[in-house]
Amino acid sequence: MFALEFPPINELIRWRDLFTSFNKISIIACLAAFGSMLLFFLASRKDPLVAPTGSRNLAERSVEFIERDIVMQTMGKDGIGWTPFLLSLFLFIYFCNLPGIIPILQMPATARMAIPLFLALVVWVIYNAVGFRHNGFKYIGAMVWPKSVPVGMRPLVGAIEFLSNIVLRPFSLAVRLFANMLAGHMLLVTFAFLSNAMFTAQTKQMFLRPMGVLPLFMLIFLTAFEVLVGFLQAYIFTILTAVFINSARHIEH
Amino acid sequence: MEALIHIAAAAVDPADAKKANAAIGAGFAYGLAAIGPGIGIGYVVGKAIEAMARQPEAAGMVRTTMFLGIAFTEALALIGFVVFILLGL
Repeated sequence: MFALEFPPINELIRWRDLFTSFNKISIIACLAAFGSMLLFFLASRKDPLVAPTGSRNLAERSVEFIERDIVMQTMGKDGIGWTPFLLSLFLFIYFCNLPGIIPILQMPATARMAIPLFLALVVWVIYNAVGFRHNGFKYIGAMVWPKSVPVGMRPLVGAIEFLSNIVLRPFSLAVRLFANMLAGHMLLVTFAFLSNAMFTAQTKQMFLRPMGVLPLFMLIFLTAFEVLVGFLQAYIFTILTAVFINSARHIEH
Repeated sequence: MEALIHIAAAAVDPADAKKANAAIGAGFAYGLAAIGPGIGIGYVVGKAIEAMARQPEAAGMVRTTMFLGIAFTEALALIGFVVFILLGL
């Protein structure tokens, strides 16, 4: 039998710094930011009067996706001004998630807590600012003393609402993205590691080595699954942002 | 459960015993954290499919709401996963 020595977590999600506090994660994050900028820069240089092709097609499709499937579904027509913010948020997260399945890179940048946490804090600041701007100090008032529930329930509901709005929302937003991408990364590592260990096992039993194709098939399937998860998590992060902004604008409901 | 703790206690080195206990705890933490959200997500998706089958023209709206519901339900399982990572590795 062979002993399977799983590498420690720091080996899986850490690389040596290229120079001080700049590692592979930072490279992927920079690539994601510049990549989405480049996409729209290339798209804007094309002739808008002819039928869109190539990069312009992709850019128009992504704008349409944000407008139709995220803004219109959650905020309605008067939220259409939020499209640029949501679009850049979506593209950045998506391009950070994708390297998890791209060979050589093989690491979703959102699988480290820093990026999801920062994005969640940005969203937190924005929706609270929107709440104060649209409702003034009624924003806090309506949150801790909601008029739409019976008087006896108000302190309880108010406390829960306040906690949920101020603490739990950014926390769960960050942890959801982080844990999903980390879990996906760990799954891929586990199955890659397992199939490697089985192919190279020092064993007398002849059937054991070919069995390594089983985790390999699982690895291929999970890689396809990660494509879906990367997209879905970017979508969920963006749509939750839209929902939070909308609920901060209409606090009375 | 008790048998597992006995196995963990049988390790001579106290550091090893602590590590073994942490590993057992991590396994239970994730396993227990997955039960509730598993039921919850099943319920959400099942109801959403029912709604889509009854009224296919509302499928887009139902799908958006379904993803929202899944996201909220799933958060609990993911917190369990984070605890698992923190304890076990």
